[in-house]
Amino acid sequence: MSQVTTQPSTDQIWEWLDAVPDPEIPVISVVDLGIVRGVEWQGETLVVSVTPTYSGCPATSIISLDIETALRSKGIEDLKIETRISPAWTTDWLSEKGRAKLEEYGIAPPQPAGGPEKCPRCGSKNLTKVSQFGSTPCKAHWRCQDCLEPFDYFKCI
Amino acid sequence: MTRDDAFAQFLLRMGDNTLILGHRVSEWCGHAPVLEEDIALANTALDLIGQTQMWLGLAGEVQGQGKSADDLAFLRDAWDFRNVLLCEVPNGDFGRTLMRQFLFDAWHSIQLGRLMKSSDERVAAIAEKASKEVAYHLERSADTVVGLGDGTEESHRRMQEALDYLWPYVGEMFQSDEADAEMVKAGIAPDPASLREEYDALISRILSDATLTIPDSSFAHKGGRTGAMHTEHLGHLLTQMQWLQRAYPGAKW
Ligand SMILES: [Zn+2]
Repeated sequence: MSQVTTQPSTDQIWEWLDAVPDPEIPVISVVDLGIVRGVEWQGETLVVSVTPTYSGCPATSIISLDIETALRSKGIEDLKIETRISPAWTTDWLSEKGRAKLEEYGIAPPQPAGGPEKCPRCGSKNLTKVSQFGSTPCKAHWRCQDCLEPFDYFKCI
Repeated sequence: MTRDDAFAQFLLRMGDNTLILGHRVSEWCGHAPVLEEDIALANTALDLIGQTQMWLGLAGEVQGQGKSADDLAFLRDAWDFRNVLLCEVPNGDFGRTLMRQFLFDAWHSIQLGRLMKSSDERVAAIAEKASKEVAYHLERSADTVVGLGDGTEESHRRMQEALDYLWPYVGEMFQSDEADAEMVKAGIAPDPASLREEYDALISRILSDATLTIPDSSFAHKGGRTGAMHTEHLGHLLTQMQWLQRAYPGAKW
């Protein structure tokens, strides 16, 4: 009698990965962030391709570790995580769901115009840039001139 | 010089520039004049160190002696480094640090733009990734140079002094040797001299907005990118950067 093993579908894997939070912005998943670039079975091996947001982002190795832990907990033994740097990550790969969650969390989502559209707290459009850099490589620091609250803006790259 | 020797040399030059400048900029962490600038400098340093991992990682691969990016960063001595002298000069005041950053960012952004068309797809991929980060560095350093140059009497004086001090270190970025000629032939990287015109146009525009005067001298210190003669400052920097791996060989985080 031969043993039947069924590989989880790649759709299933994507769903599992969508439950892995970004370590620095835990309200969005690694899939929302657009850094998971491929999920593929190569024979018995599951290959997951991940791209870094910024080349020096210290979260990159944690993200790979979190992905590995999550998939192992679902019973995937034969797993390979590959780093893919080209095409380079862009904020265009943020999901719509991710953008909405960022805003709800208080981080203004990226805009092609290069600055936040509105204050994530009060919705005012009267905003000023404090610094081009923020608390992590992917963010800049802005302030609302109406409610006077500072907030993070997710840089558009 | 074989093609692989020349390629490894080119990669060390790219990676050592970002490593040494990244380390220099990180020295500001906790010391910048205001919190926002502290964070900006730390983020810039982080990008540069991240790019170093890619360049030196590839350099180790091309050398083929089993060396990792970390081995190359932490276990070479001063004479084996191939960064331009501009990257290793001490930070000085905040103005000089930002002027150095601007003079380097301007070159870096043009160089990466050319490397995105490299015949080696690994080089093109690293350049594509790094160029996005460097465009942002340049935007900030150029803005700050204009803000401080065209600022108060004191900030203007300090920025002009910074430019006068750093100017003799600019020329080295455009010098070439047989390794560069080999890279041009292989279509891997441009001739450094071919970047000069675009560079001069870019910095002239920004420095003129900053009401600063480019010194009228073409004298250039050299010896960094060939390794022939670094400044005395590099050794001091390495004692800081490398001491942990030297004191505890193989120590892991
Ligand atoms: Zn507000």
